[in-house]
Amino acid sequence: MFRFIVRRILWLLLVLLVVMFITFILMHLVPGGPWDREKALAPKVVEALNKRYGLDQPLWQQFGNYVWGVIRGDLGTSYSWADRNVISILLQGLPKTMTLGILAFLLAQAIGIPLGVAAALKQNSGVDYFSVLFSTVFASIPGFVLGILLMIVFSVMLHWLPTSGWGSPQQLIMPVICLAALPAAQSARITRASTLEVMRQDYVRTARSKGLLENRVRIRHIFRNSLIPVVTIAGPELANLITGSFIIENLFAVPGVGRLFVQGIFARDYSLIMGGVLFYAFTIAILNLVVDIAYAAIDPRIRYD
Amino acid sequence: MTVTSEAKVISTRPHHTLWGDAIVRLRRNKFAMAGLAFIVVLSLAAIFAPLLTHYGFAQQNLYEILQSPSWKHPLGTDQLGRDTFARLLYGARTSLAVGIFTQFIVLFIGLPVGAIAGYAGGKVDNYIMRFVDVMYAFPDILLIILLRSVLGGSIFMLFLAIGLVAWVNIARLVRGQILGLKSRDFVNAARAMGGEGSYITWRHLLPNSLGPVIVSVTFNVPRAIFTEAALSYIGIGVKVPTPSWGAMIQDGFNLIFSKPYMLLFPAIALALLMLSFTFLGDGLRDALDPKQRR
Repeated sequence: MFRFIVRRILWLLLVLLVVMFITFILMHLVPGGPWDREKALAPKVVEALNKRYGLDQPLWQQFGNYVWGVIRGDLGTSYSWADRNVISILLQGLPKTMTLGILAFLLAQAIGIPLGVAAALKQNSGVDYFSVLFSTVFASIPGFVLGILLMIVFSVMLHWLPTSGWGSPQQLIMPVICLAALPAAQSARITRASTLEVMRQDYVRTARSKGLLENRVRIRHIFRNSLIPVVTIAGPELANLITGSFIIENLFAVPGVGRLFVQGIFARDYSLIMGGVLFYAFTIAILNLVVDIAYAAIDPRIRYD
Repeated sequence: MTVTSEAKVISTRPHHTLWGDAIVRLRRNKFAMAGLAFIVVLSLAAIFAPLLTHYGFAQQNLYEILQSPSWKHPLGTDQLGRDTFARLLYGARTSLAVGIFTQFIVLFIGLPVGAIAGYAGGKVDNYIMRFVDVMYAFPDILLIILLRSVLGGSIFMLFLAIGLVAWVNIARLVRGQILGLKSRDFVNAARAMGGEGSYITWRHLLPNSLGPVIVSVTFNVPRAIFTEAALSYIGIGVKVPTPSWGAMIQDGFNLIFSKPYMLLFPAIALALLMLSFTFLGDGLRDALDPKQRR
């Protein structure tokens, strides 16, 4: 187990290095630079700015400096945010993105898992058809479109909720629902399938035939085992929520990491772009690692060595 | 006596090919057929758009801006006096083109890479899959945005940017399929008869892994369509005045309180198109599953 974790962390570091390298190359291939303005700056000024931010050095040296900075926990200085540290900018957006992501994740599981279990326990009933319809519709309609429909109904027609912004709990409702729709659909679908599968297993029949109460069979034998695939996709789901939220952040004007990242792209703010990509890649990798470890804890059949 | 009973058994279950069977099963699936019908109707409407509306997608009429739906403009006009119905139809061209052409790029890269990894195995496979793992570590849409900025503005570059990110799924799928098929008896037989590696791959392995690939492509189309809409919404998708549902949503967004339907029509069109592809994909997946053969 310990060796497995060490190996995974080493692999993670390598992946992050490659991700940084690819992003760095792509970023410098983008036509234009951070000093492009409506009115061109004087060449002298550009030269001085490049020197100040180390952009006059050869590319490999810039990359080396950047990696060395990341190792020391320094993601560089933003070009567009008046000399602010990229870490401090990301930390400013992070709580918002995380709040949305985690709330949406909890909402999705709170809807998806009970719906999936109920559908499987009463296969081919009304609940079952509803769950299948629910998971198909919300798996295919993007949160972004759902957001617009919600906005039209609840903000424009009913005037119940504000369209955008950040700060009050009412402003959280619509973005969280939009983010939660897809993972709720996925969880419902997967829980249903795995519960149906578990219900056919021999050990469930054994549990029933030795006279266990039906509720005990359902909770101890069916439910626990049917959650394993749900946990497997929980990691990627949470990662998608955190990284995929930037369209929703843009739609609802939430000043989270995603919105900052998009602003960084438009401003050719190299260090902010790098910081954003690194943050997202790191989040995905860490969450996958946590899920792999959690997996071994839940399912005694899985052992890493 | 035995001969006739045997003949009877045969006649009750006529021989079908996998594909023939699949089509029969697909036809029975009402949702899949409804999805297919919507896609076909929308494609025809997009192709014959000039026959359905006499307005151009970029044709402005500043005397008729922000009109509500009327006989003259069935879905109203936008802030530049462009006909919403016309923009919706021409926008379908953009959406469908993105959905379909990205899949060509995805297949063009993903099929050979997956096939080589699966068939060659060993070191080659290892290197290719490690690279695919790195691609997985990248957040998809961010990489597309970066590629989009590098590759520049034309719509073909948009196809390329989405395709360059999406091929990894197909490569993984094809590799898995080929690994599973490689040790089957019919492949061994082909090899025993002297079939070469590339012959076996093209003639036996790829055709047999086609079912899941088709299903996966069907699910990838709406994803690409959504990506284009989202990028156009942010303002880095297709260029103005190319009509795009995402760009229409962006246009309507500032007027959400006064003219909500400007936003509503493209949003509903996008939702219906994505739902149709999902229904079709679900139907194809069930139809191509040999376990369900009756």
